Amino acid sequence: MKAASGALAYASAPSVLATAGISQEKPIVIGNILDQTGGLNIYSLQQIKATAMAVDELNAGGGVLGRPLELVFYDSQSNNQLNAQYMTEALVRDEAVVVHGGVTSSSREVMRPIVNKFGGLYFYNSMYEGGVCDPRHVCPAMVPSQQLKPLVPHVVENMGKRAYVLGADYLYPHTMGEWIKKYTEEVGGEVIATEFFPLDVSNFASAITRIQAEKPDVVWSVLVGNAHNAFYRQYEATVGKDTIPLASCMFGIGREQTYLSADESAGIVNATSFHDGLETEAAKTFLDNFKTYANDDSYVGDYGELGYRGVKLWALAAEKAGDASADAVIEALPGTSFDAPGGKVTIDGQTNHAIMDIHLIRANREQGWDHLGTTEQLQPVDTQAVCTLGS
Amino acid sequence: MYDAIIFLYQVVFSISLFILISTGLAVIFGMMKVINLAQGEFIMLGAYFALLGEVMGLPFILSALLAMIGVGLFGVLVERLLIRFLYGRLTDTLLATWGLSLLMIGAVTTFLGPQVAGVSVETGRIAVGELYSVSVYNLYIILVAFAALASCWALWRYTRFGMIARAVMANPGMTSALGVDCHKYYMLTFGIGSALSGLAGAMLAPIVGTQPTMGGLYVAQAFVSVITGGELPFLGTLLAGGLFGTTNGVLSYAYSQVIGEIGVFLIAIVLLRFLPHGMTSQKGRAQ
Repeated sequence: MKAASGALAYASAPSVLATAGISQEKPIVIGNILDQTGGLNIYSLQQIKATAMAVDELNAGGGVLGRPLELVFYDSQSNNQLNAQYMTEALVRDEAVVVHGGVTSSSREVMRPIVNKFGGLYFYNSMYEGGVCDPRHVCPAMVPSQQLKPLVPHVVENMGKRAYVLGADYLYPHTMGEWIKKYTEEVGGEVIATEFFPLDVSNFASAITRIQAEKPDVVWSVLVGNAHNAFYRQYEATVGKDTIPLASCMFGIGREQTYLSADESAGIVNATSFHDGLETEAAKTFLDNFKTYANDDSYVGDYGELGYRGVKLWALAAEKAGDASADAVIEALPGTSFDAPGGKVTIDGQTNHAIMDIHLIRANREQGWDHLGTTEQLQPVDTQAVCTLGS
Repeated sequence: MYDAIIFLYQVVFSISLFILISTGLAVIFGMMKVINLAQGEFIMLGAYFALLGEVMGLPFILSALLAMIGVGLFGVLVERLLIRFLYGRLTDTLLATWGLSLLMIGAVTTFLGPQVAGVSVETGRIAVGELYSVSVYNLYIILVAFAALASCWALWRYTRFGMIARAVMANPGMTSALGVDCHKYYMLTFGIGSALSGLAGAMLAPIVGTQPTMGGLYVAQAFVSVITGGELPFLGTLLAGGLFGTTNGVLSYAYSQVIGEIGVFLIAIVLLRFLPHGMTSQKGRAQ
């Protein structure tokens, strides 16, 4: 198995390929570009393993179209420059028919033009602000309308009408801030202020003082990355969720509750496409398999599941197309459906985004989530409003 | 009235953070004139020692002490194995300590993993008026920062060790002719500077968490404080910390964190233009 330079090759175990008796044809190369190190790695660590697990499961089942899959992993180190470099390497040197990866919107926007230039296929297995309309880009994760439709009304109803929003200072939180405002106003609420912080800020004292002065009913966090998790510590130490509750569209995605104390995380409300406390068969099987495969008992979470979901959706589309090349799979994507651990996922041909179940959750004191409810099969309406592929 | 109290608290807290992260570098750069680009990583190491203390079940005070001792010993090791060969060689020290910084980040990432970890300290809050409250832990940070600086100053000013150490730094040739083992004092001074950075890291761990790359957040601020402070390391750090902490505190309170940080660096640039050798320097003035 050849490994990409400067990267950790998460190659499928050769022994699995041998025992599966797959014909020794040229393997299908799948690229995976994620941040194993750096400030954004909290989102990627489980997705890296879940992606590898999906590939190994497919190989154990005979590969895709009778050919083995070879996974090549690149550590983009939370650095967009490396995202660009590795996408080029994956498509040109390693001839990957599909590349999975990217966490932030900025990393995605750096990689998409490269995918288009070389005629590849890119699965962006990460929640984001929606709106990308690109036939070579597929996103099996939540977009704002899906995440916020069940979440905002719950927050306004249970916590109060006046919201204060904090976010990281780049595209995704800015856009999410606007969506939170829109959905909050739709149910009679009000966003009294929105503040943004660069990704390396870890001192939130002045923001917390301003929050206290304004006395909102709820504080929304769209904070991102390692430095920002300091907010949850400082907020609990200074204000406390029992005084002003927290809602978040980002908390938990970086598995924050595994390294914050119970006091610091309990009570935060969020909505997600998957969480470890989901009681379905598919979820439990996935979690058991993951813990065995990764030799890791800790929380998996939605980003972990997205890596698995993305690879399996691609595989189903490739089988449907009868051809693993990018253009053929793109043709076969619309309507491809998979019973993911988080619920049934179907690719919406109009947008290359996904129709999926969304689960409302609240952080508990055991580093996990309490399940508050599920809204089934939500369409990505915000992206559908601005995108019609193939037209 | 409570607005004013909270504002004052913000400013003092901001000053304390500058002083806390700069005191270690004040000893190493201010006294020994060694440019240690790995200072941020010493802070990071201190945070990880605090994490170790928590894993071992120690109360936080002991974890902080563990951090001081652990990083202090590490500093002594670094001085013996690396720095002592490079005294007087400025660019070589820069390169070597930069390499050390990368090595430390890489080592911690490899052996302890790249994930964030947390240290939790239950200290509660104090209400200020009806609207505001202040975390008690932040008050401890303020206390520790000023206590560390004051202790250093007292150590160097009033003890025999301090007097000899100052003599060694001022005129090593003459001091060694008087029978003092200069190398021992270099080693101890570097160790003390490292221990202080370790303490800073331990104190910061509960409010920002631990991560291998956290050092980068602090090294720039520490250098700006110490260089702007000038010749007298401790008074200089106090003045610079005071100036930048006030600037940061006021601008962050009035506008945002970003403006606060921009403001600090702008003030530093202006200050260094007019007082190129720092605030407490005698040079460059009519004497």
